[in-house]
Amino acid sequence: MPIQHLPLRLTLATAMLALALPTMANPAPDDWQGVLAEAEGQTVYWNAWGGDTRTNRYIDWVAEQLQAQYGVEVEHVKLDDTGSAVARVLAEKQAGNHDEGSIDLIWINGENFAAMRENDLLFGPFAEALPNFALTNPDENPEVVTDFTLPTEGYESPWGKAQITFYYDSAQTETPPQDIQALLEWAQANPGQFSYPRIPDFTGSTFLKQALIELTEQDEALYQPVSESDFEAVTEPLWAYLDALHPHLWRSGRAFPDSGPNLRTLMSDGELSLAFSFYPTDAAVAVMEYELPDSVRSYVLEGGTLGNVHFVAIPYNSPHKAGAMVLANFLLSPEAQAQKQSLAMWGDRSVLDIDQLDAETQALFEQGDRHPSELPADALSNTLPEPHPSWMTALQDAWLERYGVN
Amino acid sequence: MTTSLCAPLSLGQTLRLEHISIALAGRELLAVDAAIAAGEVLTVMGPSGSGKSTLLAYIAGFLDREFTASGGVWLGERDLLGLPAEKRGIGLLFQDPLLFPHLSVGGNLRFGLPRSSKEKHQQVSQALEQVGLAGLESRDPATLSGGQQSRVALMRLLLSKPKAVLLDEPFSKLDTALRQEMRALVFSQLREAGLPALLVTHDHADAKAAGGPVIELG
Amino acid sequence: MLRLAPVLIIGLLVLPVGSGLLMVLLPAFGYLPALGGYGFSLAPWQMLFAQPGLGRSVAVSFASGLVSAALALAIVVLFLAASRGTWLDRSIRRLVSPLLAIPHAAIAFGFAFLIAPSGLMARLISPSLTGWERPPDALIINDPWGLSLMAGLVLKEVPFLLLMSLAALPQLAPEKRLMLARSLGYSPTIGWLKTVLPSLYPLIRLPVYAVIAYATSVVDMALILGPTLPPTLSVSILSWFNDPDISHRFMASAAAVLQLGVTIAALLFWWLLEQLTRILTRRWLTNGSRQGGEIALRVVGRSALLFSSITALAALAGLGLFSLAGFWRFPEVLPQMLTLDHWQRSGPMLVTPLINTALIGLISTALATALVLATLENEHRQHIQPKRALWLLYLPLLVPQIAFLFGLIVAAESLGIRPPLGLVIAGHLLFVLPYVYLSLAETYRRLDPRWLKVARSLGVSRSAAFWRVRLPLLIAPLLTAFAVGLAVSIGQYLPTQLLGAGRVTTVTTEAVALASGSNRRLIGVWALVQAGLPLIGFILALGVPRLLATHRRDLAT
Repeated sequence: MPIQHLPLRLTLATAMLALALPTMANPAPDDWQGVLAEAEGQTVYWNAWGGDTRTNRYIDWVAEQLQAQYGVEVEHVKLDDTGSAVARVLAEKQAGNHDEGSIDLIWINGENFAAMRENDLLFGPFAEALPNFALTNPDENPEVVTDFTLPTEGYESPWGKAQITFYYDSAQTETPPQDIQALLEWAQANPGQFSYPRIPDFTGSTFLKQALIELTEQDEALYQPVSESDFEAVTEPLWAYLDALHPHLWRSGRAFPDSGPNLRTLMSDGELSLAFSFYPTDAAVAVMEYELPDSVRSYVLEGGTLGNVHFVAIPYNSPHKAGAMVLANFLLSPEAQAQKQSLAMWGDRSVLDIDQLDAETQALFEQGDRHPSELPADALSNTLPEPHPSWMTALQDAWLERYGVN
Repeated sequence: MTTSLCAPLSLGQTLRLEHISIALAGRELLAVDAAIAAGEVLTVMGPSGSGKSTLLAYIAGFLDREFTASGGVWLGERDLLGLPAEKRGIGLLFQDPLLFPHLSVGGNLRFGLPRSSKEKHQQVSQALEQVGLAGLESRDPATLSGGQQSRVALMRLLLSKPKAVLLDEPFSKLDTALRQEMRALVFSQLREAGLPALLVTHDHADAKAAGGPVIELG
Repeated sequence: MLRLAPVLIIGLLVLPVGSGLLMVLLPAFGYLPALGGYGFSLAPWQMLFAQPGLGRSVAVSFASGLVSAALALAIVVLFLAASRGTWLDRSIRRLVSPLLAIPHAAIAFGFAFLIAPSGLMARLISPSLTGWERPPDALIINDPWGLSLMAGLVLKEVPFLLLMSLAALPQLAPEKRLMLARSLGYSPTIGWLKTVLPSLYPLIRLPVYAVIAYATSVVDMALILGPTLPPTLSVSILSWFNDPDISHRFMASAAAVLQLGVTIAALLFWWLLEQLTRILTRRWLTNGSRQGGEIALRVVGRSALLFSSITALAALAGLGLFSLAGFWRFPEVLPQMLTLDHWQRSGPMLVTPLINTALIGLISTALATALVLATLENEHRQHIQPKRALWLLYLPLLVPQIAFLFGLIVAAESLGIRPPLGLVIAGHLLFVLPYVYLSLAETYRRLDPRWLKVARSLGVSRSAAFWRVRLPLLIAPLLTAFAVGLAVSIGQYLPTQLLGAGRVTTVTTEAVALASGSNRRLIGVWALVQAGLPLIGFILALGVPRLLATHRRDLAT
């Protein structure tokens, strides 16, 4: 808030406080007992992408647990686009709604987090104060405190891990491409059977970054803000690659699937033969839900694929910050993380440092037999870190400039 | 028929139309000055467009705003013009019977009865009997013949105990045989009830059957 | 009280639209203090016009509105001209009105699956006729010129225009006109076009305008069927408003203003077309040609409407099939196995959205119906001609949602109005009310005034006559209007999502959220639920009067 506006706002605020309900003071994250006490009876509105019934089902399970264990009610507000929640908090700030916001917790990472931080839309730091946070062992696992190269500084709490995973129908394709260059050759040999989601879709943008990392010689530039390097020079090989690739894509590159999950539907329809997802278990789940044939197999590119951690954050104007913190802490509990990881529930990987847990707790994470369409567990060791978030926006703008009008 | 239900309960009152003048856009349509005694039928005749129906609308309380009107309407000592339509005690009979399609025959008749009436059921069945339609209470009005519908409409009017009656070409849609029968029925019932009535028509036979004074318009 | 109704109704509709537009207009010119926009500038417009493909977006939005409205109107008019009250004609009519109830998104999903290269139609003829073992790599859905979007829009607009025409027709006594024309030697279809249509069109002009405004700015259908590179203007606006790069909001606001301009331009263009048509057909109406093209017109008139209705139904059937499908590989016409899994998994999640949907729909429609009845009754009692100001009633239908809803949220926030459910109901009222008015006003005004005169001359007061005579006589149109209102409410996505802060979940918001997961089986389940609700409303609306009127012949029609 600009300083010169303070006096007027203050008078207004005092005047309203006199009339208003109990004063909204932010809870102190360090006083955990105090947080627990304050949280009891609160209703936490958790805004999270709602496009997947398995995620939704998991969130329902979390809601039940939280009600039973902490007396906190959780309402899942299903988003079709996380950006809309950011826009919502912004609209509230714009209207001067500084302590009665409609969102208590957001499932977030990357550019959305960067945008909210930049505009001071987040509450914190709180993550380090969560009792379960230590289980992630942040000293050994820097990805839980780094979001697209930005330090999270306690403004978001880690929840799960994703990594680009390719899948194909082994009944039709015997040797899927193992790197980005091979992908081009494969597409030339199998025209119309591969595509990536239309930019600015999150998964589609990640594909651009994956290709860029493999194609450019200047990897280190990607981990600095884009303004500090010569964008044209760094990305030049990417555009050359896409120019070559597009004519061989699905619909000859004249149209693109509208989202990551849409790739799966096109696989299911037999329109694509090769696809990828941000969720390593996606293909296995789709087989279990009749969407894909059981001959589908998953794999990761030889040089590794982009992976990231997804987080939860609390908007600065949430009226139920204590409840939101209790929820974020529960999400980090071994119990909740193990449930999340199980293929029967959701299949999203844990952010905990499982080797550090005691044997009994570790047992929670043991899965039964691997699903044949699932990725072998060791395949995920080769994770490429996300570039600086400014690259995502810059790549999106440049892509739309080049290919946005067909 | 021993107990006519519309037997003069009290002596009917006179309907007086005092210097009535109705104009549309500044042009006078008609002027009437008349008194109708109890049991008498005044016939107003004129071609279409002469303002007959407008006169009825004025008396009954339905005049459209585009008309300007002056003159008094009195029923006995009561000035009717200040009253809303439903308080005037003036019954209407149109060329269509206009039986409410959402109500049964009996329902239509009960609709006319004042709320405080006693023995409604009996009154309704007597009324039907009186016009030769005994036992048809639960029938759908749409299943009655045109003549039967007209008779029900007349009884609905009479059951509402009006103090005066306005008839708007009530026989014009009936065929010749039926028309005579209905004329006889309507006028005898009105006379028996001792009500002043105003009939507008363009049929001289109607005027003749009414037997009262005649005013020619237009 | 009654006298306040028209003022209340206009206030309820005009204030939100007006304040919403204002709160979009200010940021469009750079004023948005929360984001540091303290002065006025043209920067948002410069940024907007620098967007790649903006011209095409605008062109597609403009064209899809006009083309789909023209097609839908032609289909409806030709059907009415060609229909002769035969059994087939009556069945087609009966088929069409429930289609009105089905939300746009549901139709769009089903239609997309019908015409996609891997869709039902391709499967029906593959590989037997086509030899396709894999779906052909053809760009049908999301085609750059929006043809599939226009086709989808036509499917939804036809039932609406047909219902509006059927409501307006009786007052024109079309049978008499047609009888006259035929006695003068005109063939029936030509006679209808020459004697009935010229009087009918003015009565359905407003619904046609509403259709054009809707089609130029539609979001949900365009997301599913519309072009993508670039998308329609409305879809771009939505994504810019939702962009995490917050500076996009200035540009989004400018684009929302541009959208309003595109819609107004399309309406103006249509108006010019009307004038042109009037001039061009003036001679044709009286040139004495009586027979030419009768057969062709009759065939086209019947088959076009039948075809569009069957397509819509097939789209629904496809959804139904998918909601039960196990694995289903191309080119199999039927799934390898059927399963109830998708329904069972969705079952528990349906409860809250269903309750919310019903609650919001019933309350907003009840309020709208009460307000409309009060306005019409007031008009009747005061003997006033329908006020010109009542045009304002249609403001929410003519001003694109996307142009004022974002501003409306800011306005509501600024006023500190924050009960989500109440806001959502008020938001729905904005769109339900005009439709209820549109469906009810004509019949209400047309009711023979002698009914009420008879009632009042029988000693019944004005209010009692209203309750005991007018309402029962109008029960059928009243229930239809109610069902239309309910269907409109159930289909609302943006108002529910934006005004409810996402906290108020309805079947529609859930369906859209799930649609982003692209699981067609689940989309099938939710789209069917979404379509089923208003359908129940329509069946009740058609059935209740018939049930009440089993012993009343004149009411049953």
